[in-house]
Amino acid sequence: MTPYIVLSAILFAIGAAGVLIRRNAIVVFMCVELMLNASNLALVSFARQNGNLEGQVAAFFVMVVAAAEVVVGLAIIMTIFRTRRSASVDDASLLKY
Amino acid sequence: MTFLPMAASGGEVPVVEPIAATGAFSLMWLLIALPLAGAVVLLLGGRATDRWGHLLGTATSFASFGLGVYLFVEMLGLGEEERQHGLRLFDWITAGSFTVGFDLLLDPLSILFVLLITGVGSLIHLYSIGYMAHDERRRRFFAYLNLFVAAMLMLVLAGDFLGVFLGWEGVGLASYLLIGFWQHKPSAAAAAKKAFVINRVGDMGLSLAIMLMFVTFGTSSFAGVSAVAGEASETTLTIIGLLLLLGACGKSAQVPLQAWLLDAMEGPTPVSALIHAATMVTAGVYLVVRANFIFENAPVAQTVVVVVACVTLIWGAVIGCARDDIKKVLAGSTMSQIGYMMLGAGLGVAGYAYAIFHLITHGFFKANMFLGAGSVMHGMDDEVDMRRYGALRRAMPVTFITFGLGYLAIIGFPFFSGFFSKDRIIETALLENPVAGVAALIGAGVTGFYMTRLMLMTYFTNKRWAEQAHPHESPAVMTVPLVVLATLSVVGGVLILGDWIKYWLAPVVGEAEEHSTPVPPIVFSIVITVVVAIGVALAVFLVGRRDVPREAPSDVSPLTRAARADLYGDAINEGLVVGPGRVLVESVTVTDAKVVDGLVEGTSYGIGGLSGRLRRFQNGFVRSYAAAVLLGVLLVVGALLVVTLA
Amino acid sequence: MIAFWVLAPIMVLAALGVLFVRKAVHAALLLAVVMISLACLYAVLEAPFLFAVQIIVYTGAIMMLFLFVLMLVGVDSSDSVVETIRGHRVTATVLGVLFAAVLAIGLGQVGLAPAVGLTEANADGNIEGIAAILFSDYVLIFEATAALLVTAALGAMVLAHRERTEPKATQADLAARRMKAYADRGENITPLPAPGVYARHNAVDTPALLPDGSPAPTSVSRVLTARGTVRSAPDMADDIDAVRRQMSGRPEPEADTSRAAVQGETPGDSQRPDRGGEQA
Repeated sequence: MTPYIVLSAILFAIGAAGVLIRRNAIVVFMCVELMLNASNLALVSFARQNGNLEGQVAAFFVMVVAAAEVVVGLAIIMTIFRTRRSASVDDASLLKY
Repeated sequence: MTFLPMAASGGEVPVVEPIAATGAFSLMWLLIALPLAGAVVLLLGGRATDRWGHLLGTATSFASFGLGVYLFVEMLGLGEEERQHGLRLFDWITAGSFTVGFDLLLDPLSILFVLLITGVGSLIHLYSIGYMAHDERRRRFFAYLNLFVAAMLMLVLAGDFLGVFLGWEGVGLASYLLIGFWQHKPSAAAAAKKAFVINRVGDMGLSLAIMLMFVTFGTSSFAGVSAVAGEASETTLTIIGLLLLLGACGKSAQVPLQAWLLDAMEGPTPVSALIHAATMVTAGVYLVVRANFIFENAPVAQTVVVVVACVTLIWGAVIGCARDDIKKVLAGSTMSQIGYMMLGAGLGVAGYAYAIFHLITHGFFKANMFLGAGSVMHGMDDEVDMRRYGALRRAMPVTFITFGLGYLAIIGFPFFSGFFSKDRIIETALLENPVAGVAALIGAGVTGFYMTRLMLMTYFTNKRWAEQAHPHESPAVMTVPLVVLATLSVVGGVLILGDWIKYWLAPVVGEAEEHSTPVPPIVFSIVITVVVAIGVALAVFLVGRRDVPREAPSDVSPLTRAARADLYGDAINEGLVVGPGRVLVESVTVTDAKVVDGLVEGTSYGIGGLSGRLRRFQNGFVRSYAAAVLLGVLLVVGALLVVTLA
Repeated sequence: MIAFWVLAPIMVLAALGVLFVRKAVHAALLLAVVMISLACLYAVLEAPFLFAVQIIVYTGAIMMLFLFVLMLVGVDSSDSVVETIRGHRVTATVLGVLFAAVLAIGLGQVGLAPAVGLTEANADGNIEGIAAILFSDYVLIFEATAALLVTAALGAMVLAHRERTEPKATQADLAARRMKAYADRGENITPLPAPGVYARHNAVDTPALLPDGSPAPTSVSRVLTARGTVRSAPDMADDIDAVRRQMSGRPEPEADTSRAAVQGETPGDSQRPDRGGEQA
């Protein structure tokens, strides 16, 4: 199962780097989804490794939560875009020192 | 200079054993209450009492005087053992087993003071009606005068050191209020403050002495302390005596606490006459005489009294020689004369009675001369510089004659009051302590010099008046007190006839055994008179024979310069107390500002600066925060790995 | 494992593509590739239910939502190359590489026993197995997710909703506004010109030709302009000329006049007043 887990780790790291590098809020969001999917892969792999279905159930819940998160998150992005005419996360940087 | 400590000069130290006051003597509280009531009415009554306030103030003073005279006459009729009357008005302080009563004590010593205070005080009240006629705050002035009389009577009538302290502080307050009466003048306000502050030093001595008495004897009443004073250790008594002397120095302007008296002349002249010549400043002498049961058992303290007295009497006389301000000359003279009284008091049993005798005669002639000076100023548009006077004897004859009588009294012209009183002190000093005696003798000569100088510059020599000056005689309300006081100055010597005052005071201060003098007393008198005559002649030669310049010459000897600067009394205070105090305060302030504040503010600045740096991390970019989160995750995972794999 | 070794490089490359492509739409499509590959891996890992859910929910619903929002925001939105936070890109890269390395190394150190496999657990069928667990041990959490979804839906509605702060503009208002825009700035009163409609190209990506033969930039959607897929009207005209020549039978070799390409001209519609607000 090690290759699956390593793949999951690499995908997760790429997603994390994406969150840091990309400035378009929607792409950042996609990277978050990538990280969630990577963790799902690890969960499913461990389910097979341990021979029970709990890991799959956990992955299922992650998907549900991800769906909810995407709905709300995209709505927020829409709202920000509507007011600021921009989807860049760097533009929303007024809350600072 | 060596002062040999004198053994307590024989005889038993009398114990104060008052008998309960009955009859007229139980009214002695009225002596205090009358002027106090006057002060209260005038102060609380406000403007409503403006029209008749001065009359009320004068009336209460005279009423007190009348009662004093009555009690004096009553006392004359009593036997020697029955002359001490105690009266406890109420329990003043009660704390557990410790009780201080509000005790009054009327004995031969205090009745003399009562008569002096109320008598001279009443005359000065009378005089002030005229002197302050044009002052819109006259009513307030009389309220303060009444307050002073009440406090002074409290001081001399108290039967307990704590009561003395009450009066002591009361006269200090009244003195402060009256010196600063013309508070619109910065110099007057400063002088009042100076007097108050310097008096505080003395008051501290007195209060410490009282506390030490409480600790040592468990009581502070005259009766209690005098009964057991002999049993205490001499060291304790010496300390108490020195502390009392410190108090006396403050109140009586003795070296080293003398600096306030000359500045106190900023007050209205009647105040100078009453408080800073006749009565309050003699409170120190009263205290030493009253505490004779302490000093008789503490010869070292007595010697210190003599030293202080000698220094002061020369000091004051030297100042009097150089000043051109008529009131300051008289103030220097007052210092000097109180030095004589202190000398008498310091000489022990032999001198107490003469100290009080000189105190009384001095009260007469010095009040007389101060009022005379006030009268001159009144006629000269408040000019005080003697270099602007000259040849005033024709312009104001009554003032001149009364002043002249006071002058003759103070220099000790034969058969005037001062002749008797000063003679006795110098004589006793020469017998008891020759060094002090010689100092007193020299002081007498200098007194003759500066008083003659004053007389000449004021009433004789050429006219040096200001152009608009129109010298005129003062109204009767002012000259009548002058006449009365001048008469008393002349005849005050009767108190010594047949050594009356000595026997009168014997129950209080004890009786000295008769000395066998090596030469007849008349020799002393002749010597003293000759010395005074030399001083007078010198003054006539140096001042009277020359033209007095209108401006004080500046090319003078160092001694004159020093005397004009009050022998650098202020400079000494400045250098020894004020300067170091200021340096201390400034260094403390600097320490507070630099070290304490530096520490506190430095910490806050440091934290502020650090925060300023740290807050830059809060840049508002969500991606930076995400990077920080990732860094944290990295560290946690790395740590986990290290721990697991290690 | 063949499936894994085939899919894994694809997934990594696609994920890196998400990281580096400039256009958001491309990133979305690459992400879809990752997700579908992931679904295949789920199937390999004996998770048929999740395989289906991954395809339906993620690739089908969520990715569609992403694309939908991208369309709303503007497909032309793309990152600028300039990094706004100094040193951030380097930091992020270093952190990401370090993170991947640490995770990979760490996992590589862990020796896993041979996989147990899900044959036994899936004996009654994968979906039944999951259901048994989901509706027994995790039923409360399941209920909670229901509440979460409802809340999320409501939240999205609330966020997307905009309160009307002024009365709805009537047709008269709109007409008046248009007249005012014409008076003030000389804008069109009439509707914008329709894109070119030609015999061969019934095309919205072709600008209409103005009477003088020049293309009308306002006749094409600005999205197409931004994407750079607008066709040149003169090209079309060339075709038509060629047809006409064939029909007339006389060849004419002039055909290179006024070949103004539209691509170079920026239609300047970013300054154009947004008309979306009026349509709400």
